[in-house]
Parts: sequence; structure tokens; C-alpha cells
Amino acid sequence: MFQQRIATLIPWFHSAINAGFFGVFLALGFPAHANPQAPDVFMQQLSNELMEVVRKDPTVKSGDMQKLSNLVDVKVLPNVNFQRMTASAVGPAWRKATPEQQKRLQEEFKMLLVRSYAGALSQAKETNTIVVKGFKGSAEDNEVVVRSEIRGGNEPIPLDYRLEKNPDAPGGWMIYNFNVLGVWLVDNYRTQFSQEINAKGLDGLIATLAERNKSNSRK
Amino acid sequence: MPRLSSILRLWLATLLLALVGCASTSGGNPLDPFEATNRKIDAFNESVDQAVLKPVAKSYQDYTPNLLQSTVKNFFGNLRDMWSVVNNGLQLKPKETVETGARVVVNSTVGLYGLIDVGTHIGLQRYTADFGQTLGYWGMPSGPYVVLPLLGPSTARDTAALLVDRHGDPWSQINPVASRNQGVALRLVDKRAQFLGMDDRLNEVALDKYSFVRDAYLQKRRAEVRRGPPSDVDELEEKNNDLDYKNIPNKQ
Repeated sequence: MFQQRIATLIPWFHSAINAGFFGVFLALGFPAHANPQAPDVFMQQLSNELMEVVRKDPTVKSGDMQKLSNLVDVKVLPNVNFQRMTASAVGPAWRKATPEQQKRLQEEFKMLLVRSYAGALSQAKETNTIVVKGFKGSAEDNEVVVRSEIRGGNEPIPLDYRLEKNPDAPGGWMIYNFNVLGVWLVDNYRTQFSQEINAKGLDGLIATLAERNKSNSRK
Repeated sequence: MPRLSSILRLWLATLLLALVGCASTSGGNPLDPFEATNRKIDAFNESVDQAVLKPVAKSYQDYTPNLLQSTVKNFFGNLRDMWSVVNNGLQLKPKETVETGARVVVNSTVGLYGLIDVGTHIGLQRYTADFGQTLGYWGMPSGPYVVLPLLGPSTARDTAALLVDRHGDPWSQINPVASRNQGVALRLVDKRAQFLGMDDRLNEVALDKYSFVRDAYLQKRRAEVRRGPPSDVDELEEKNNDLDYKNIPNKQ
């Protein structure tokens, strides 16, 4: 009887996913699939995976920025909500941007960050470990802060993440801001962007970012 | 090498000039009312760095033995740890005080006056703390952002605290003055050498280096002041000034 009911639900379930109603489905309280893992467990896994790559992948030591960026694309980006990061860094002007401008902003910002992240990764030492120290909030919250530390130098480096729950993400969570040594990245870009927007408008900001990316990739 | 006190006098004069000169400029960061003057000092610092400090630090890194470099780094790190212990104590942080204190004890004895960093090898971590942070911990606001000649980013509070930090620095007791100044210079070069790759990276990621560094410095200091014993910090209480994402039209 029960099994039958499940069986009748399955086709609907599939079409619901296809239609992108997954979130609605969850919100209605159906246990669509097992609860997503706890955010700190997710971040610890992701961190361990990355450090494993730092230790084993010769690409990291080669310092080849192109290859390193590809690595970040594959390993890290599926877990990052770049649209939200960009929207938040651009601020109120985001809403006035055309879809085309939003797309360009997102692409250029992504390129800028991936490159600098790749650079930071190439500086990581084999002895470094990342220890997740837990998270603020409860596993039921849609947004949490995960706190971690890079160890292995003589001083621990605090590294925190803001995560949002996203059932479509590979790990059930998406990063939308992060913090190194107490500095939230998106917050720090807000002034950078608003200065450009005030001086040259949205297209000016896009042009500046594109130019910066071009000159960075020439190095 | 000018004495530190003359440097302090120089910046005091500069600060006064700044206060008189441009009390009401800019619509930028409210914590940076002296932005125009700060930018000038920043540009000055940058040119001194490019002309003198950076090249010297580069040769130091390239042409002196690694062993010497790490010994210098360890020695001054140990001196700094001593002052950190005092400040962690003043901020009533038991874990940080004890762990950093244990480092000092181990490094000053087994580590031969701090020349070898035994502490790190046996898993003792350093928790750096200074007097500006202690003042902040006890509720003193940071005041406006200031860029100090040669010393770089600071705030009114942190600058005032430098006077105390200087007395808490064991190296400031070294006599004669000539050897003390040589040490101060060596320490500066060592410090700069540690940040060598970083300014290239900054130039890559910042659209405006001055405001990028300023905002990062202010955020970092705020976090350092707020960071109590790790379990006490509630980052979520901190306002998440992210945009209200739901109101953003989801066009792609």
C-alpha cells in the first residue's frame, strides 16, 4: 500500500526536479532525500580534498596559473554561488544592471577571484592542514557561518565561510562569502566596486575589471 | 636611521596638520575622515618602499642563507610573543596567554634565546596580541583610520597604543642605541621580506589599493578585537550586511 503510493509519486517527483521545483518541494516538508550533511562536515571534506590536491597534484607546485585556475574551476567553483557574491559586492546597482551587464560582471569578478585564489593555493605548504572548528547556527538554518583555521605555520590563520543551503549543490551547501584573517571578501570589494561605479558607471566597472584581468593574465 | 621618537614626532605633526587641514572632506568611508592626507602619506610610504625597503628585503631574501633568515624571524618572533602574553593576559584570555607563554618559555630556553622555534614544532601556537587590541577589548573605539609615515595603516587608538607597545618591546631596552637601531632595521627588513609576494598579489586583486588595504585593515582589527576565546565569538551576531538576495531579480 505504502510502496504503491511512493511509486505513484515517483514520476511526479522527477518532473518536479526537472521543472526546478526542488526547493518548493523541500519547503513543503517532504523528505525529498536524506537531510543534507551538516555544514561543518561538508567544509571539512572540501578542505581535506583541496589539501590532498595541494599535496599530490604537481600542477600546484608548477605555479602554472592557467592549470591552477582550471583546478579551482573544477574543485571549488561548483560549491560557490557566484551570482550572489557578485550581486552582493556590486550592491544596489546590481538591480539596475541589465542581464547582459550582470553576466559580464559575474564573469570578470569570477576571473579576478579565481586567479588570486589559485595564487594563494600555490603558496600553500604540504604541512598545512585546515581544521574546521564548527559552525554558528543550527543544521536547520538556511544560512550558517563555518569557522576554520589553517594550521601548520607558527600562527593559526582564521578562515571562515558563509554558506547557504542549496539542495542542488554537490554538497548541499553553497559558499557565498568567505573571510581570511577577519576580512570578509565580498565586503571588501563593495567599496572597490562602488568607487568605480560612482566614477564611471556600471560599464566603467566592467571595463576596469576586464582590463585588470587582461593585465593579470599577461604576467 | 632616525630614532623612533623622532618618527613619532613627525607623524604627530602630520596628524595635527591633517586635523587642521581637511577636517571636512570626502564622502568615502566614515572611519576615514582624513582620506586626502592619508592617501598622500600612503603614496610617500609606497615610494620609500619601492626605492629602499623592498629592494633591500629582496636582496636579504635572495642572498642571505635561509638558516639565518629563519633564525632572525624566530628571534624577533619570540620577543613579540612575550608582549603578546602580557596583552592576552590583560584581555583575560587563558588559553591564548598560557599557550603563547609556554612558547616563550620553551623557545627562550631549549630554543636558545628564541633563535630556534621549538614551540611550533611541538604544536604550541602563537596568539599575537598588542596593546591597541587590548584597549579595543576593553571598549575603546578605534577612532579614525590613519596612515603613519613609514609605519603604514593604523587607527588613532592603535597609534596611541604604539607608545605603550614600544615600552613593552624588550628590544627597546637594548643599549647602546646604535645596536638597538641595527636590530630595529633588521627586524623591519625581515618583516618586509615575509610580505614580498603579497604586494604583487594586492596589485592584482585591488582596483584601488589604498581603499582595499584600508578596508581590509579596519575589518581585520575589528575581528582581532572581537575575537575572544574562540567559543565565545558569535559571528552571526555580527550583522550580515549582505544584500537582501531574494529581492534581486534572478535574470541570467
